[in-house]
Amino acid sequence: MSGTRPEDMRGTRPEGMNGDGTLRTARAIVWARRRAAMASFWRMYRAQRGGMFGLGLLLIITLITLLAPYYTDESELRASNAPGGRMEPPSSEFWFGTDQTGRSILLMVIWGARVSLQVGIVAAVLAVTMGTLIGMSAAHFGGWISWVLMRLTDWFIVLPSLVLAIALVMALGPSRTTIIIAIALTSWAGTARLVRAQTMAIEGRPYLERAKALGAGHWHQMSRHVLPNLMPLVLASATLQVSSAILSEASLSFLGLGDPSRFSWGTILQRAFLSGAISSGAWWYMLPPGLAILLVVLAFTLCGRAMETVLNPRLRGGK
Amino acid sequence: MGYLPTTPASESPLGDSGAGETPTGTSRPTARSDFWRYLGGRLSGAAVSMILVLFSAFFIFRIIGGDPVRAVVGDSPTTPEQRQEIRDRLGLDDPLGVQFWDYVKRVFTMDWGTSYVSTGAEVTDLMWARLPNTLLLTGTALILAAGLGVWIGARAGWKQGSMFEKTQVGISLTLWSAPTFWLGMIVIIVFSVKLGLFPVNGMRSARGVADGFLPELLDVAHHLVLPAFTMAAVIYAQYVLIMRSSIMEEKGNDYLTVAKAKGLRDDVVRRRHAVPNAMLPTVTLIALQFGAIFNGALLTETIFSWPGLGLLFYHAIKIPDIPLLQVLFIFFAGTTILANTLADILYRFLDPRVRRSA
Repeated sequence: MSGTRPEDMRGTRPEGMNGDGTLRTARAIVWARRRAAMASFWRMYRAQRGGMFGLGLLLIITLITLLAPYYTDESELRASNAPGGRMEPPSSEFWFGTDQTGRSILLMVIWGARVSLQVGIVAAVLAVTMGTLIGMSAAHFGGWISWVLMRLTDWFIVLPSLVLAIALVMALGPSRTTIIIAIALTSWAGTARLVRAQTMAIEGRPYLERAKALGAGHWHQMSRHVLPNLMPLVLASATLQVSSAILSEASLSFLGLGDPSRFSWGTILQRAFLSGAISSGAWWYMLPPGLAILLVVLAFTLCGRAMETVLNPRLRGGK
Repeated sequence: MGYLPTTPASESPLGDSGAGETPTGTSRPTARSDFWRYLGGRLSGAAVSMILVLFSAFFIFRIIGGDPVRAVVGDSPTTPEQRQEIRDRLGLDDPLGVQFWDYVKRVFTMDWGTSYVSTGAEVTDLMWARLPNTLLLTGTALILAAGLGVWIGARAGWKQGSMFEKTQVGISLTLWSAPTFWLGMIVIIVFSVKLGLFPVNGMRSARGVADGFLPELLDVAHHLVLPAFTMAAVIYAQYVLIMRSSIMEEKGNDYLTVAKAKGLRDDVVRRRHAVPNAMLPTVTLIALQFGAIFNGALLTETIFSWPGLGLLFYHAIKIPDIPLLQVLFIFFAGTTILANTLADILYRFLDPRVRRSA
């Protein structure tokens, strides 16, 4: 990790010791270094074809999703306003056919992206935030706090996450919020373990000892020294987490525990499954939503892996 | 576990000195007491986890919405007195503390109650009846996935940067990204509906087959192919990626250079020297992924109507059949905890470094 952030080794000036002028300069220096670190990160990221492919894919999907209101008619999503016939196979009008109420599958997939992506991203951010806080606390405070937090982490890592998430959604009642909470609660543990190990490595570095000697409190140490160093790792972890959160959302919706008011990709697949699309061979009903999930998850995974590779020189190149 | 007494004495003295409480004692008793302490720690950890599972199972399934009485009686007309009688029988009006105490008592007597739907059937009976089917499916999938995954992953990691590695990583990432249930749907459409090669779902032919062990076995095997491959596909991907990075970590080590310098063929160096060492972290990670296998089983069994625990769980969600959900939840979690604990202990036998330093 040290290779990517050379500025950390030199240490920043402790603000309290300088006058106003130097304080600003110190901050300016820090930001200049961060920009440089970011630029070098981007340079190494760009060299990875998989990561760039994932990034491109994500850009395209984001554009399709965000611009949906400008090139499609949302009212056609209502079953009463469906433009086509029942279970029509693909045609020039409906590229991927229609469902049992005559709605265009393609249109449903384009609009379903909103729920799938939203749930995936929010749940991942929540999970990674939780994991980071818990991992940092476990590493920083040690003692019985660490013991309790790590037992809890192990417990969540080991348990079958989908089964636990199903139970949680059922207990709280299916809605978009409960799905997000259930996914976040069942997926923070991996990040916590990762962050704990990394925090312990960072806390062993001399500049943190220096900060402590100068009287830095817990909050200052965490927010100014540990967290900025964790950030790249946390971002990579969050990116990977989005892909598993999207898969979890799809599984939950498929099992009938999705948001009842709006449909996601998982809901479309559930409807396809329940409508007997398998035995009638209506491949067009299930191919697009599944492919959409696959592509988005793959894109996030590729980006996350590329970020990890940049951060961990051992994964790079080699003999 | 006859492995312990044969631990070579020469292995322990170096690492043990710090942990030894009896300074004059030989290394062997120390190693042994270390092991017992380790075992005790692991087992008490597992016990705490299990207690946590039992606690959460009680609270989660107590607050699940839906009227249990309605789930019990279904659509048949009932009088308020009958409803009250059911409420009393299920103990729904008791204070939470009393309900919890009842629950604890039932945990110790292994009495998990009766299903809301299949009238009067003990949920444990329902569960044991389905267990062999799930074991058959997950076992087959696991062997397929682990065998293929470790083999391909080791080759890919060894030839880092080669075309083979890139293709295999690409395939694995794509498989990992595919939702299990969707993969199952596509597989059924292609191989069953369009090509007619395999049955669409279930575990046995509805029409029945000729009597006798062999025809029945072949029938089940015929039904097993698609679900087992679907389930294996997704876990396979993880094994490839884990084994690949494990080999890559191992590759820079001196003992491999030595092995090569001895003139061993590249293939032999990989198989005899690198793979056994790379297997260690892989075993741990595979054990950690054990819970994910139940996730896969749940989705695969639902798609293929494979009459196992996953399908039982899926149908119970729809009702919701709370006693059944509860016992399945505890079973899934408990099995996972048990498997992980066993893997942890096994790991200590497999890796002398852990055995010495812990």
